[in-house]
Amino acid sequence: MSETERDNSLPSGRSQEKASQGGNAGRSALAAFPVTLPVMAGYLFLGISYGIYCHSLGLSWFYPIVIAACVYAGSAEFVLANFLMGGFHPLSVFIMIFVINARHLFYGLSMLEKFAGLGWKRLYLIFGMTDETFSINYAIEPPRGADRGWFMFFITLYNHFYWVAGAGLGWVIGDMLTGQIKGVSFVMTALFVVIFMEQWLKDANHIPACLGIALTVICVLLFGRENFVIPSMAAICLLLLVLRPVLRNTGKKAGGSKRAEERR
Amino acid sequence: MNGEQQAVIIVLAVAATLLTRAIPFIIFPEGKERPQTVLYLGRVLPAAVFGFLVVFCLKDTDFTAGAYGVPEMLSAAVTAAVHVLLRNMMVSIASGSLLYIVLVNFVTG
Repeated sequence: MSETERDNSLPSGRSQEKASQGGNAGRSALAAFPVTLPVMAGYLFLGISYGIYCHSLGLSWFYPIVIAACVYAGSAEFVLANFLMGGFHPLSVFIMIFVINARHLFYGLSMLEKFAGLGWKRLYLIFGMTDETFSINYAIEPPRGADRGWFMFFITLYNHFYWVAGAGLGWVIGDMLTGQIKGVSFVMTALFVVIFMEQWLKDANHIPACLGIALTVICVLLFGRENFVIPSMAAICLLLLVLRPVLRNTGKKAGGSKRAEERR
Repeated sequence: MNGEQQAVIIVLAVAATLLTRAIPFIIFPEGKERPQTVLYLGRVLPAAVFGFLVVFCLKDTDFTAGAYGVPEMLSAAVTAAVHVLLRNMMVSIASGSLLYIVLVNFVTG
């Protein structure tokens, strides 16, 4: 972390920020927009996929919009929509969404300092910390003249908007499509295959990935399609902890990781 | 599931998501040491969870009748292969999904 960043998170930086907040908000709003353009493309596409998926399940238009706005965690939202059409399993849903999103715990750990001293903006920044928003806020420094807090705030806000807009748009598109076409819901499978492969290409050791698949398949066979979620999650966490001596030095690939990170 | 139960499920999902994002800020105020076990799980858990999710998506595939799961397996494999080749999320998702839609609508019916 550079000196200037650290300065900003100290109390002195805080009072400075207060003094110049008004003028900097507009400049930060403008500066943040171009940075989010790649995310706009990705979120509109995935958001539309999500809206189409919700429609294919038979959910009405406000579900994708409300879920996109309030949950705001791509992959977990697909799973949630899937659960809404099944039986009432609150504990399974809670555990599963928590574990799917557990990676955010580590984003938070990386942002402890960056979000320090930002007042109410900090709450929204924490709420809106998706994979992509985290990557940008973590990696990109605000340009000269822009306020760090406002810059991150607007990046988060734009991305949030793309996602909700995509979900709403997707439902409308789904409304025009379905009825005639089967199999649209495969977008969710394709999404997770892509996320899985992206992680696979980044990792040097594939034991955790293989364990995830193998243990879940075993739990589906043992406990059935309705009840495998909690046993799988528990088995995965347990076995990863047991294998810690073996997997301790598991890391990302030395060379490829940086580039892969940037591409996302 | 009725409307109230759906609302409960959505609220739980919001709470679970929010927790994963907020916990570090609650339990690790700046500068506090982070336990090694937490850091270890952070490295190995994502890959395993993504594997879980792939299986979760395919859980309703019928391997004993109909098309014997061929459209699902083939489309998932194509999605993965396209992604390894081009490393473009949108192209990978679109090609795998389109293949699946073509297979179940026009081929295996």
